[in-house]
Amino acid sequence: MDSQIFEEKVVLQNLQHYLPHQNPLKDFVHHNTLNSFQNLPFHEALETASSYFGYKTYLQLKEYRALYAQNKINHAILDRIICEAKGKENLAEWKKKLIEEHYDTAWRNRLGYLHHSWDRAYQLNIEKEVHTFLFRLVGSYVDQGISMEKFPTESSSFLEAIKILEANSFLVKIFQSKRVRHLLLHTECSITSLLDILVGDQSLYEQYLFDQQFAHAGWSGMVAVLEHHHETLLDERQISLEDFIIFELLLEIDALDRKFGEKGWTSLNNHIKTVITPIFAPIVKRPLFEVYAFWQEAYEWTLYDQVLSGLQQVPKDKNLSKESKYDFQAIFCIDDRECSFRRYVEQFGNTQTFGTAGFFNLEFYFQPENGKFFTKSCPAPVNPKYLIKETKAKQHHHKHDAHFSRISRNLLGGWLVSQTIGFWSAIQLAWNIFKPSETPALVSSFRHMDHDSVLQFECKSLNAPKDHDLQIGFTIDEMINRLEALLKSIGLTKNFSDLVYLIGHGASSVNNTHYAGYDCGACSGRAGSVNARIGAAMANKPEVREGLAKKGIEIPETTQFLGALHDTTRDEIDFYDENILSESNNILHKKNKEIFKKSLAYNAKERSRRFALIDSHQSAEKVHEEVKLRALSLFEPRPEWNHASNAMCIVGRRETNKHLFLDRRSFLNSYDYAQDLEGKYLLGILQAVAPVCGGINLEYYFSKVDNQRLGAGSKLPHNVIGLIGVANGLDGDLRTGLPLQMLNIHDTLRLLVVVEHFPAVVLQTIKKNPATYQWFANYWVHLVVIDPETTKLYRFTNENQNAQWIDYEPITKKIPSVKNIEEVFENTSENLPIYLFK
Amino acid sequence: MNNYLILSFVLVPFLGFLLTISTPEHRERIISNITIFAIGTTFFSLLGFVIYWAFSGAIPFSINELTLYSSEKYMFLIIFYFDAVTATYLLAGAFIAFLIVRYCSYYMHLEKGYRRFFDTILFFYFSYNFTVLSGNFETLFMGWEMLGISSFLLIAFYRERYLPVRNAVKVFSIYRIGDIGILLTMWASHHLWHENISFMKLKSMSLEAGFLAGHDQLGLFIAICLLVAASAKSAQFPFSAWVPRAMEGPTPSSAIFYGSLSIHFGVFLLIRTMPFWEQQPIARILIALVGLTTALTSYFTSKVQPTIKTQIAYASISQIGLMFVEIALGFETLALVHFVGNAFLRTYQLLVSPSVVSYLIREQFYYFKPQAPKKLHFLSKGLRYSLFLFALREFELDTLMSKFVFKPFKKIGNRLNFLTYKNVFYYFVPIYLLGWLLFTLEHHFPVWLNESLPVLFAGIALIMIMRAFTEHKYPRLAWLLVAMGHFWIALAIMHNEKFGMIELAWYLGGVVFSAGLGWFFLEKLRKQEKFLFKLHRYYGHIYEHPRLAMAFFLSTLGLMGFPITTTFIGEDLIFSHIHENQLILAFLVSSCFVIGGIALIRIYARLFLGSHAKVYHETPLQSA
Repeated sequence: MDSQIFEEKVVLQNLQHYLPHQNPLKDFVHHNTLNSFQNLPFHEALETASSYFGYKTYLQLKEYRALYAQNKINHAILDRIICEAKGKENLAEWKKKLIEEHYDTAWRNRLGYLHHSWDRAYQLNIEKEVHTFLFRLVGSYVDQGISMEKFPTESSSFLEAIKILEANSFLVKIFQSKRVRHLLLHTECSITSLLDILVGDQSLYEQYLFDQQFAHAGWSGMVAVLEHHHETLLDERQISLEDFIIFELLLEIDALDRKFGEKGWTSLNNHIKTVITPIFAPIVKRPLFEVYAFWQEAYEWTLYDQVLSGLQQVPKDKNLSKESKYDFQAIFCIDDRECSFRRYVEQFGNTQTFGTAGFFNLEFYFQPENGKFFTKSCPAPVNPKYLIKETKAKQHHHKHDAHFSRISRNLLGGWLVSQTIGFWSAIQLAWNIFKPSETPALVSSFRHMDHDSVLQFECKSLNAPKDHDLQIGFTIDEMINRLEALLKSIGLTKNFSDLVYLIGHGASSVNNTHYAGYDCGACSGRAGSVNARIGAAMANKPEVREGLAKKGIEIPETTQFLGALHDTTRDEIDFYDENILSESNNILHKKNKEIFKKSLAYNAKERSRRFALIDSHQSAEKVHEEVKLRALSLFEPRPEWNHASNAMCIVGRRETNKHLFLDRRSFLNSYDYAQDLEGKYLLGILQAVAPVCGGINLEYYFSKVDNQRLGAGSKLPHNVIGLIGVANGLDGDLRTGLPLQMLNIHDTLRLLVVVEHFPAVVLQTIKKNPATYQWFANYWVHLVVIDPETTKLYRFTNENQNAQWIDYEPITKKIPSVKNIEEVFENTSENLPIYLFK
Repeated sequence: MNNYLILSFVLVPFLGFLLTISTPEHRERIISNITIFAIGTTFFSLLGFVIYWAFSGAIPFSINELTLYSSEKYMFLIIFYFDAVTATYLLAGAFIAFLIVRYCSYYMHLEKGYRRFFDTILFFYFSYNFTVLSGNFETLFMGWEMLGISSFLLIAFYRERYLPVRNAVKVFSIYRIGDIGILLTMWASHHLWHENISFMKLKSMSLEAGFLAGHDQLGLFIAICLLVAASAKSAQFPFSAWVPRAMEGPTPSSAIFYGSLSIHFGVFLLIRTMPFWEQQPIARILIALVGLTTALTSYFTSKVQPTIKTQIAYASISQIGLMFVEIALGFETLALVHFVGNAFLRTYQLLVSPSVVSYLIREQFYYFKPQAPKKLHFLSKGLRYSLFLFALREFELDTLMSKFVFKPFKKIGNRLNFLTYKNVFYYFVPIYLLGWLLFTLEHHFPVWLNESLPVLFAGIALIMIMRAFTEHKYPRLAWLLVAMGHFWIALAIMHNEKFGMIELAWYLGGVVFSAGLGWFFLEKLRKQEKFLFKLHRYYGHIYEHPRLAMAFFLSTLGLMGFPITTTFIGEDLIFSHIHENQLILAFLVSSCFVIGGIALIRIYARLFLGSHAKVYHETPLQSA
């Protein structure tokens, strides 16, 4: 049969498609863990992924049932969801299924059976024989600087390097079998030719490779990423999945030859007695998964329903289009962690805040002074053509610490160090445990760019010399275009106050391998300081203002922009270029700083309710001091909660959701439909919201439901491998996804995107970009539109590929209101319901 | 006064341990506070005591704490001994443990097994102090055994994953193999001094001329036994490979155990037993050679490892190798300073190891220089590549261990497949009874027969235990075989020398009790998990049967002669009845004890630990 012929290229592509797509640690960016299934509707994808690979994709049945019993899944909402899908007459039957019926919840998967046949045929645990050395060697090859001696033949590609080693090393060989050595050195060993020896039946090859590679999906995924993005390693390597598989196949043959001799074993097809279900054979639907889907939907809509009902209840007396001047305006990142901070900034001053993706529509690479490389400062999929260089930095970005020095690992160096610095370590350790303070190991967002450096952000002429094909800085026209889009998309085109802040964000932590995941996602896991600073500087340029005025954005001359960075872990803020302020603005700024300071303290206090060791009843200032220490504490695996508990993204005027307590669970993007009736800017917003916020949300979802296989497990035993990943112990596979310590408080809800606009415009907009549309069409994020005039709600559905809006009537009628939110959060660390502010 | 204070250094941690195990699982604060308090008070009272002691002349002293067994010929004493070495080890241990538990009280927050972690740390700390304070071999051995178990528990902390469990069993096995050294030393020193000599006495005797005179061979034998025990515990050549494999628990536990405290016990043992070997040049040369070989191999290994913990582990081992050299050269004070510095340094380095990512990447970002091809290199390319590969493979030490130690066991065990339930009952029980019958007729036999019977019976015991070690199918059979092994040993000793009924009761009493209990628990598990009850894989039954697992674990400890049953003293009694010229018998018996322990822990691990065989909840892959 034709279809059974093994096509190497196709299978390799297929493997790359399904393997985890996670970058090395320094470039860690959140993404949908199951993005290879995104072409299917959410629930179907989850069942499919589970049947193919054995992932657990929902909570356990008993967990859903417990949530239901605790009323964390709303009973009325569950009823409604069942009725909508199965009809009212079947409600009782289905409820019984959901609540009582016993299901066999063990999941079967197709992965692994074939590869484990070695065990059945020869009592040989082939993975045990091969993995240790495979990981060790590939780890050594891609190592970015842990080992003191580099891979001796690193300039060659992986397989070449293996060949050179094997050919030249005479005392020890990689392979013990002569046959394998011959195959490697004297034949064109291809995957197919090696599989001919090992498996012997072409119809089994694909399955065999999937079994083999998914037994260590972490490493295989990493190799696949490095094959296509070798620039993600600063010290580049040439490695491909094909090379890696060839090497593993050779190791397997070697293991078999070693144990049984060349003639002592035969290919695997001779030992297959049963029919093996191909991994990608059509799946057999299980009723259990329908039950899961209902539970999941009910769990999600329990929260959504409250939010949507709340959004309809905008207080009538509040004048939405306020014309009077604000003390200041501040543009924040869309990030859910800014949600509560903005609330306090608004509460403590007569201020207006906005949210937008934190790269402020400025895409570029950044090169800090003395940096040998560039770092991307915009969403990961964007490939910028610009470079911003830092000069005149006063502080060194890098401080030395003898504990990381290689001397201590030398023989005599170690002898000296252990008798000298060794004792100093004890003091330092004791000090850090009882009184955490800054060490060179700290990753601080404020160190991303030097506070007083000069940034070269203007390109005077298009003919100016380029660096690595990148234009250094932006031309005036380019600045105008970017700022126009920024301001129009958030609806800030008039009524400017004297001071407008652009506030990027970043995080600080120590002893945190996943530090890149804590910074700004819209800046590729870096702090947003450079973007905020040059964004403000551009907006202050008279030529830019002139250009903006021509496009209808008149910024008064007295208005000044100021860039800043908010450290979300320590709740500290740093302002840049304050010296440019006019005298009057300087006075205002000093006042504003007080507002920021107070807001930060209260924000820290609100966050502290989730930190087990801090007593949230104390004054905000006191709590704030304790919160700051977390970032410096070696023993703190949770410097902050990052995006945990995120559940929604609201795209609309801040005035329409300001009355709600959203408990740091919402991404907030400012958007004024009235200024964008055709949805031009909305498209840009949703193009970022779906993959960035949706990606974050789904990575949290999957890491939590299957922390063992889709998440990274507990981070406490993690061992750093080659500076690119983490594994457990010495022999473990690289772990992908998020560690347990980032997830404890997360509720596994998909993202609800609420857009304030007319349904027709939104539908038309999302359809413009097929990649973005897929997110909504296949329900990887939920979409609801709120009509700005009638406040009617419309839920997006795409049953049978028929995109349409369905009226949504919230079941929740009354939202509890609260006067003093402080009292509420001081007393609970649980996820809170939505509240109306009195 | 001293007596009580010294006692408090072991009792306070032990009381803490008793308190934490009876605290409810979710009361994190209480659990960690008890631990911090127990270790903190020990640290501060210790500090006070050491200062007082140093100012009052730093005179070593010994305290007889407890007599566990006493007869005319034999006494089992728990003796504590305090000198500068004790003080150094106790202080360093208390300080590091104190910092680590405080660290962990935050670090372990919300971790499944929070209480278990602190229980184990306290138990470890108790064993640590117990061992460091020990004033004779019996006491030392008790501590030694407890360290081995706490180490097993900490490595297998993430017991639902395959690798930690496998490695825990592996490390435990190597520890036990080192224990043969201690058992044989105990046996040999019995015969040198005809008593359970205390370290205090040993030291004063060694000052006299002619100490060990006329016992050159026995002296060297003891020295080698000690070296084996020390090398296994301190991961010296050829045992080095276990340390990186032990780094499976939460990072701070790896730091305290394998980075700093536990790993330095070989150094402790050598310093403590100096009187045995310091006058023997050959022993000194051997120690120095082991140290030097380790220092070099570990140094090269650490240089090429791409994972941070492995690298720190080998760097630490290579320093310990140097300590061995220092000790062999007679600089034991230097070695002590070196120990403390190395312990602190590696603890800190391991604790901050996650920071290495951001730190080194930043360094690379600012200082990266593409590596220029080395034009001149004093080694030829072939040699360089060979060395690289050799070092990357840890000088094959891991493979070596399994090839020369575990594989042979398995091979022998597999040849013994004829030992099935049936055969055991139909042949060995009658033969055993015949053995007893022979015992009553002993005086009618020729001398050569009487002399070889004990070896034969001990040999049968070893065969049973080897078989238990390799049994793949029936847990109960393996269990039974180990228990029977003990009976054969008893028979062997009965034939060897007069072994009183009381002594027999001490030895077999514990065996019968634990074997019976264990059998009962195995039965219970088998009834509930009929189809998941074998030994060829890990079943992870602890997920559903945590209490049963605990109960069975305790029976396992009892049967392996852990100091919770009388068997522990019985084992020591057995050795006192093996004559000076019966090296083979001593070796067989000690092998039985050691391999028996490994076989038992294997039964426990396979049935209760590892990835759960039922997959209604998330389970990790083998490679996780």
